[in-house]
Amino acid sequence: MNAPTPGALTSSLLYLDGVSVSFDGFKAIRGLSLTIEPGEMRAIIGPNGAGKTTMMDIITGKTRPDEGTVMFGGSVDLTRLDEAAIANLGIGRKFQKPTVFDFHTIEDNILLALKSKRTVLKTLFWQTQSAQQKRIDEILGIIKLADKRDRLAGSLSHGQKQWLEIGMLLAQDPKLLLVDEPAAGMTDGETAQTAVLLKEIAKDHSVIVVEHDMGFIRELGVKVTVLHEGSVLAEGPLDQVSANERVVEVYLGR
Amino acid sequence: MITRFLLSNMDKRGYAFLVLVAAIGLLVPLANLLMPAGSPFHVSTATMSLWGKYLCYALLAISLDLVWGYCGILSLGHGAFFALGGYAMGMYLMRQIGSRGVYGNPVLPDFMVFLNWGELPWYWYGFSSFPFAMLMVLLVPGLLAFVFGWFAFRSRVTGVYLSIITQALTYALLLAFFRNDMGFGGNNGLTDFKDILGFNVQAQGTRAALFAMTCTMLIAGFLIARGIVGSKLGKVVIAIRDAESRTRFLGYRVDRFKLFVFTVSACMAGVAGALYVPQVGIINPSEFAPANSIETVIWVAVGGRGSLVGAALGAVVVNWAKTMFTSGFMAPYWLFALGALFVFVTLFMPKGILGTVQGWWEKRRKPEALPAADPAPAE
Repeated sequence: MNAPTPGALTSSLLYLDGVSVSFDGFKAIRGLSLTIEPGEMRAIIGPNGAGKTTMMDIITGKTRPDEGTVMFGGSVDLTRLDEAAIANLGIGRKFQKPTVFDFHTIEDNILLALKSKRTVLKTLFWQTQSAQQKRIDEILGIIKLADKRDRLAGSLSHGQKQWLEIGMLLAQDPKLLLVDEPAAGMTDGETAQTAVLLKEIAKDHSVIVVEHDMGFIRELGVKVTVLHEGSVLAEGPLDQVSANERVVEVYLGR
Repeated sequence: MITRFLLSNMDKRGYAFLVLVAAIGLLVPLANLLMPAGSPFHVSTATMSLWGKYLCYALLAISLDLVWGYCGILSLGHGAFFALGGYAMGMYLMRQIGSRGVYGNPVLPDFMVFLNWGELPWYWYGFSSFPFAMLMVLLVPGLLAFVFGWFAFRSRVTGVYLSIITQALTYALLLAFFRNDMGFGGNNGLTDFKDILGFNVQAQGTRAALFAMTCTMLIAGFLIARGIVGSKLGKVVIAIRDAESRTRFLGYRVDRFKLFVFTVSACMAGVAGALYVPQVGIINPSEFAPANSIETVIWVAVGGRGSLVGAALGAVVVNWAKTMFTSGFMAPYWLFALGALFVFVTLFMPKGILGTVQGWWEKRRKPEALPAADPAPAE
């Protein structure tokens, strides 16, 4: 994974350059450039409306940028692909509001996310193999929901849903995970556990975390990118970024 | 593999349904043919055909539940697929009349002679062959659903907008089939059938066989729908119903899954229509009426959306009630009763008859059990 693929234009896993998008004249993203290296974990912070979620929408194919380059794995142009194709390339996404399948059991939620061929015929005649069942059990263990596997996901608490969604990301086994506010609405204890979980995942995946909770970012201890009005304001270790005058002014407050 | 596909995930209720339909399919024709007319066990041919019609509706309801209850596609035009299947069967039956028509033309159906047509239109070719006609029963509704779904689902038309264009689809077909120059008999439709596979359509034995065939197809349709719903594809489809864009971000091509269930469902509706026509003896453009498709939605809602057995039950119960209402002094009030029923079910029995009964049953069995998350689909 670390070696750039043949024909690659860059060794970065994700490469955004000069990306802009506007909605009805409002420039949500302006000239955003960002690179994520293979195996890297990156935290993204910024005030409301800074373009964090729009950036994720662009990477996952939900929104097409007006201009700019978005490359994955050095050679794949993400702006030409739709959501399903991008997901199958190996980009997983966790939404800000936990989105799980409420009327499926917890186990079925993981099964649906589990890496597999997504064609109509393959899913129609699907038989879960023992290795796949083992992987599902393993993930249920990691997210601490093994004893609730037969309950409907809709009956879970907010924090548990967040964890289930992280479990679904694990099952997808993507090369890059986009995680939008994983600690939102969690208790302090849950937040700390989530940080441990994400650090565990980051050992063999690249991760982008969008978060408001500075304590949580500190817990992760990774490079931070500050977005403001659709472009990068500052980048670096948290201590350095939080000492930046502009960052303090627009985001952290004096 | 096929047996496992059809029978895995079958629950007790499903088996009960299968046994019940099989028993009806066997006993009713026997009671009709073997019991003397005076016997309390005798079933008259008229009653048998009436119930045969209800069971065709049950199959139509299952096909609609597959797309609406499980995939969240509220089709207000499923009557179109039913009617197309019916027309394919009607065309076969018309060709079987041969020279016994009023005008005695060996090739042309009466209405074409009446319109002074010189020869059979090309799209009537082949319908004198039963296997070809049966293929068309599946193919015509299936193809229409595929083409329609291809455009609608790819351009991500969902919700009310999709419902409206399905309604427009059936209305457009209604208008088209009304036209004499379409070559489908105009507003009279196709009727005066004589034979099916060489047997007199009116004969008691043929009626009994058609009834048994309807039960067989209802069982087959139920097994296929159950197999789909119980598979991983069924889980994907429910996921699409509840969180479409989430499913897309998991890498599933939502449009293809919708297209698959929509097409299968349309074929199933076509089969229901094909069985309906010889039992009622006529097919005309009024089968395309939007009101028919909306009534189908009501059957499914009444029986229990998201449950195949419930959908079938709803179709039989509502149509039985319709017969009761429309044959007595209450006849003018049927539409009010239907409307009231729909409002009542929506307000007080959101899970339909079957869901409500199941709820009571579970409460009686384990009153202390924690209330699980509401299994009825949202919307």
